[in-house]
Amino acid sequence: MNNTVLPPLRDLEPEVQQEIDECVERWSDQEGNLIMILHEIQNHHGYVPREASLLLAEKTGVPLARIYEVLTFYHYFRLVPQGKHQITVCNGTACYLKGSARLLSELENRLEIKEGETTDDRLFHLETVRCIGCCGMAPAVVVDGTTVGKVATTDIAGIIEKIHIQEETNE
Amino acid sequence: MAAKCQIPIRRVGSYGYAFADPLVEVKTAGAPTILYGLVDEEAAAAIVYQHVGQGKLLDGHIIGSRQRGKTIDGPVTAILVRDSSRDEGDKTEFFKESIHAELTEHGLADTVQVVSALDLGIYDEGLTVQLLPSGVTYTNVLSRDITRLVTESVQKQEVLDHLLYSSPDLQERIVLRNCGIIDPESLDDALRHDSYKGFVRALTEQSPEQVIDTVKTSGLRGRGGAGFPTGVKWELTRKPEADRKFVICNADEGDPGAFMDRSVLEGDPHAVLEGLMLAAFAIGACKGYFYIRAEYPLAVKRIQKAIDQTRERGLLGENILGSGWSFDAAIRLGAGAFVCGEETALIASIEGRRGSPEPRPPYPSVQGLWGKPTSINNVETLAAVPWIVAKGGEAYARFGTEKSKGTKVFAVTGKVLNAQLVEVPMGTSVRDIIFGICGGAQDAVPIKGVQTGGPSGGIIPEPYLDTPITYENLSELGSIMGSGGMLVMNENDCMVDVAAFYLKFCVDESCGKCAPCRAGGYQMLQLLQKIAKGRGEPGDLDLIRRICKAMQCASLCGLGQTAPNPVLSSLRFFEDEFLAYIEGGTSYARKLKKARAEGRNLKDVV
Repeated sequence: MNNTVLPPLRDLEPEVQQEIDECVERWSDQEGNLIMILHEIQNHHGYVPREASLLLAEKTGVPLARIYEVLTFYHYFRLVPQGKHQITVCNGTACYLKGSARLLSELENRLEIKEGETTDDRLFHLETVRCIGCCGMAPAVVVDGTTVGKVATTDIAGIIEKIHIQEETNE
Repeated sequence: MAAKCQIPIRRVGSYGYAFADPLVEVKTAGAPTILYGLVDEEAAAAIVYQHVGQGKLLDGHIIGSRQRGKTIDGPVTAILVRDSSRDEGDKTEFFKESIHAELTEHGLADTVQVVSALDLGIYDEGLTVQLLPSGVTYTNVLSRDITRLVTESVQKQEVLDHLLYSSPDLQERIVLRNCGIIDPESLDDALRHDSYKGFVRALTEQSPEQVIDTVKTSGLRGRGGAGFPTGVKWELTRKPEADRKFVICNADEGDPGAFMDRSVLEGDPHAVLEGLMLAAFAIGACKGYFYIRAEYPLAVKRIQKAIDQTRERGLLGENILGSGWSFDAAIRLGAGAFVCGEETALIASIEGRRGSPEPRPPYPSVQGLWGKPTSINNVETLAAVPWIVAKGGEAYARFGTEKSKGTKVFAVTGKVLNAQLVEVPMGTSVRDIIFGICGGAQDAVPIKGVQTGGPSGGIIPEPYLDTPITYENLSELGSIMGSGGMLVMNENDCMVDVAAFYLKFCVDESCGKCAPCRAGGYQMLQLLQKIAKGRGEPGDLDLIRRICKAMQCASLCGLGQTAPNPVLSSLRFFEDEFLAYIEGGTSYARKLKKARAEGRNLKDVV
């Protein structure tokens, strides 16, 4: 989230408002529900929009500052929309020993972005994760939710190219 | 295939053989069960057509049965061969042909199939042969043994005693008892494998005190890291008077390089749920929470399914099985914060706050979730409990050592031949685990040390690998049991770099509440990175040691207190590497960094 400019505030569409209403309703009788509500919002949008946080503060009576305290503390929550395709490099120790740092720098070079950033065409988002618990497959990279194991630096170009081809055939 | 097949296909959870995933097991009536590893689409198709269709085993994919037979009771149907020596050549290929030729000579080639195996779980024992279905295994087989092997073992069904491999299996599966065996999404299947038997017995026949006593007798200690006796923890939570009490399963496995909790949650969710229910019954809790990492979506899905299914059957919820006792469980997702493994921070997170730790006491067993008595147990601890309650505390206490009883699951990974989950009795040596079960070093580069306990742990250098694993022995070596990650490092791994890696992890994960952890960790990281660049000064190591001491003494929670462990243990056993960086200067550091980036042998560079 470092140094990322938040998108301008816009009005929430009625459906989104309703969806948040329902979500708050669903969790209303549960103690300590804030994090679970935020998980649901992020699952739906891919990030937690500022508008949603504002609405949430209004609905639940939790101060906005408290919501942002939680959002910014946990690595899992995102405040800005991500690229269309997610590439996540596992940075667990097993992956690190087997060269995940090399994979990350190859990805950064090829996509011309840094870790945690999104390409200008919003096609790719690159990030790292602590450990995905797939140490037997180290070094591992997660591409759009699918784990690819035993990745070599030379595989990176192919992974990116595959997504490009997929995009072109879709259009 | 002609007629419609009536072959059921079942899904099971993680077996733990990470090196050979994905796995397929074929069970045929009257024939041995065959486990195939590294199954891609092509191999899967071959399994269906060759094995299922024609009864022929597939070459090069079999992971041999870990059960070793001692007698041959019926005709031999297949012979598995594998070269298990360190410098594996193409000897197996040649050897396989020799056996085949011998079989042909005796007119047996059509009835006995010779297949090369992917792995038989035996290492450094030369050419290894396993006869199916009996599982009789011969090691260090030479070409002159082939004739006798065929004439005596295959034809007369006699065992060749001088070749017989009869080392006992080092593993003992208690926590992993059902992993890879049951369908994790089916309650019926779990019930068929004795799940919830212990719980029902405890609920109907025993008092909570009896359950606590059983767990105390077993000597079970928390498998999350610190090793606090589980029975005592439950007793402490049972004692205080309160209108509500809680149990929490800590499934926020944040250690990088550990995957045992994930495998147990995905492979046998019912064992963990049953453990949580027993904990709740013992302390008198009304509600339980699974605190699971959002990064493990499959584990979340399966635990949710287990909760829903047991609730449907009346094993969970109001008035369980008519006993008058009510208990319910729910999932709370973690959101990627390592500090939430700390009990007080975990509680804050479940309460919907940022995960900041609180000073203890009061301990959660007295004042935990929403100020109520709360018992927090790790996944592995809870998964062991149903077995203990069903079989009795003494049965569990028979495994292990005087002070560390029972078994422990380790996730072995890194520069090791076969990365996998192993479950061994406490007191097994690190060397037995790495070499005996996992096959030793990968790529024939000598092992330098084994890191245990993740960012809170330390390194056990090669000369100490024979140390039996107990809570006490590990802490004497400056490491900890932790949750059970074991990272094998070889000569090409640089200890300065690894120490900095672990420290960076803790610096990133520090919640920032207390200064020793926030500022101390950062300053120490600066020093380590300076040394790694070859710009270190002679006084730096002393300064690092002083900061370590300060962090250990003054940090608020376990994260800060243990963050210096990897640094201190690297310094203790590999100080010469740090000194080499300081003395060698920037050119030395650059040379090493370049060699590492190119994956070259570091020994050749220095």
